[in-house]
Amino acid sequence: MEELKRVQERINPPMVEGHHDYASVTDKISDITLKKRTPFGWFIGFGIAFLLAQLLLMTVTLLFAQGVGIWGNNQPVGWAFPIINFVWWIGIGHAGTLISAILLLLNQKWRTSINRFAEAMTLFAVACAGMFPILHTGRPWLAYWMLPYPNTMGMWQNFRSPLMWDVFAVTTYALVSLLFWYVGLIPDIATLRDRANNKYFKFVYGLLSWGWRGSARHWHRYELAYLLLAGLSTPLVLSVHSIVSFDFSVAQLPGWHATIFPPYFVAGAIFAGFAMVLILCIPLRAWYNLKDLITDTHLSYMGKIMLATGLIVVYGYAAEAFFAWYSAAEYEVFMMRNRMISGPYWWSYWLLIFCNGVSIQFLWFKRFRESSFWLFVISVIVSVGMWLERFVIIVTSLHRDFLPSSWGMFAPTIFDWTMYLGTIGFFFALIFLFVRMLPVISIFEVRTLLPDAKVDRHGHDHDHDGTGSVGS
Amino acid sequence: MAQLFHPGANNIAKASLVLAVILGGSAFYAYTQIARSSYLTNQYLEKQQPVQFSHRHHVGDDGIDCRYCHTSVENAASAGIPPTQTCMNCHNQLWADSPYLEPVQASFRDNKPIKWERVHDLPGYAYFNHSIHVAKGVGCSTCHGQIDNMASVYQENTLQMEWCLSCHRNPEQFIRPKSEIYNMEWSDSDLTAEERSKLKVDYKIRSRELLTSCSTCHR
Repeated sequence: MEELKRVQERINPPMVEGHHDYASVTDKISDITLKKRTPFGWFIGFGIAFLLAQLLLMTVTLLFAQGVGIWGNNQPVGWAFPIINFVWWIGIGHAGTLISAILLLLNQKWRTSINRFAEAMTLFAVACAGMFPILHTGRPWLAYWMLPYPNTMGMWQNFRSPLMWDVFAVTTYALVSLLFWYVGLIPDIATLRDRANNKYFKFVYGLLSWGWRGSARHWHRYELAYLLLAGLSTPLVLSVHSIVSFDFSVAQLPGWHATIFPPYFVAGAIFAGFAMVLILCIPLRAWYNLKDLITDTHLSYMGKIMLATGLIVVYGYAAEAFFAWYSAAEYEVFMMRNRMISGPYWWSYWLLIFCNGVSIQFLWFKRFRESSFWLFVISVIVSVGMWLERFVIIVTSLHRDFLPSSWGMFAPTIFDWTMYLGTIGFFFALIFLFVRMLPVISIFEVRTLLPDAKVDRHGHDHDHDGTGSVGS
Repeated sequence: MAQLFHPGANNIAKASLVLAVILGGSAFYAYTQIARSSYLTNQYLEKQQPVQFSHRHHVGDDGIDCRYCHTSVENAASAGIPPTQTCMNCHNQLWADSPYLEPVQASFRDNKPIKWERVHDLPGYAYFNHSIHVAKGVGCSTCHGQIDNMASVYQENTLQMEWCLSCHRNPEQFIRPKSEIYNMEWSDSDLTAEERSKLKVDYKIRSRELLTSCSTCHR
């Protein structure tokens, strides 16, 4: 019997550690928002992020006043930082959707304690991503021209352009992610409403929870809506980044025009996204003492997903090099040689291989997967690597095109960097506010993982190891 | 626990959903109307000119041809605003002492052009050429309306891009024989659709793709 239990625990480890019941889980999570004093570190972290967000505001103000000339992009590298950062941010969002939608449909219980802030991360990352292409248009006040509306120009958008598909893909993604996140929050906001002592907070949480009383009918509708939204989000995990990759692969530029792009971009997005989830949840669980809910098992699982998606990405790099060689097309071969060996940006390619290819190999070992420290370090390296990937794709493909007379170099200006750092600040400022104001882990879903929630068929002997499946 | 909200709040919540749709829909409809209104396009707006000049009198009553004053309409991008000398061809004899004509006399005396107010003002990024339109059978009144009825000239059409495109997409609906270009009474129904389509071929009007290509008007 003991043996059986140990095997069971290895296959299906408990997702909530320590001795928790309904009340203690609810207290633990809701107290972060309602009862505990805001930790001093929160003010420092938020302060730094907020200052960086001001850097973004200043850069955007200057951009409005002076135009896109303040950035380093110019022919032949017309895309550069704005698009690198756009793809980087939008990719980061994907882990949130994967965790909330696909893992929900696959009945992966371990998603439960990480999905809430992963979804928040998705939303904030999409907000950062959306800024770049809009500001990159140069006339952001006319950005609504990208939407099909009965305009006085008598024109439709160019639906044959992947950039147009991007508009729809990203807007849909942002909307569905917002809905999914908000619908999932409603029962928890109602919990905060019931527990808040301050009458203004009560009122605000009361408004946001739309009169949720937790009746059977409410739960029935909730479950149905959540499942439908999960179904709606699932294709988005694949479609959004496929379409982002079309921005490149539909063009005929060597280095962009590759059929491997959609799957390789999607895998890269999930890879980068899980790195960001780890970057967020490792300090979060340490500072707020949430190790019972976000366990080492969670981190290890995320490490495994990072390894798997990372290997797909490495396969993508190999496939690109192979296609270039196998095609024997002069321009393709030149591009690949230029990117890897002879070009001025060769270092970025090898740095990328180190970050995304070499660093993840440590994740094969349990020792690294179960160490918060090493996971954090690898996640940061991977985030840098995924940024470099977009740098390599965009800059090294554009700076040497078909005609040597149009070759050029790209160097970012100070405003390229302030804009990028600014969005990072904006992102973390939003994350800090979210942690302070909303339940950072789904309270009611974690409760379903507890031993108390196990349906007891025989009416005796509760299964206290928490491994049992939950009746829903 | 005391009630946070009155039971009626449920109705407010439900009503707000309906209201959001209605308000959103109304705002959208209002946009489509305001964007095309004369408030934004200056359509039908009569402008105060420095001289009380009436096209109704000169064209309608006197029967002066458009080209007598707008001399370059057949040869150049601009139809041309006549110099004061053109006015003085007649008005050094006719009504020479009229106080209404004093600004014209003054302009002639001092050799300073009259500052007419522009009625049809296309944005700088739109390229427009009168001569090609006249050469391909687009009459004056098709765009400018019945000038011979306008005491004070106003803009007959919106001059918005959708209006330009309505003809560039289907020119055969609006063209007329070249002999009728300056006919103010011409109506599109004076020719049958077949006759107009034949004109399109005879005048070698280019394909719809070329006429609606971006760089045809935005050069």
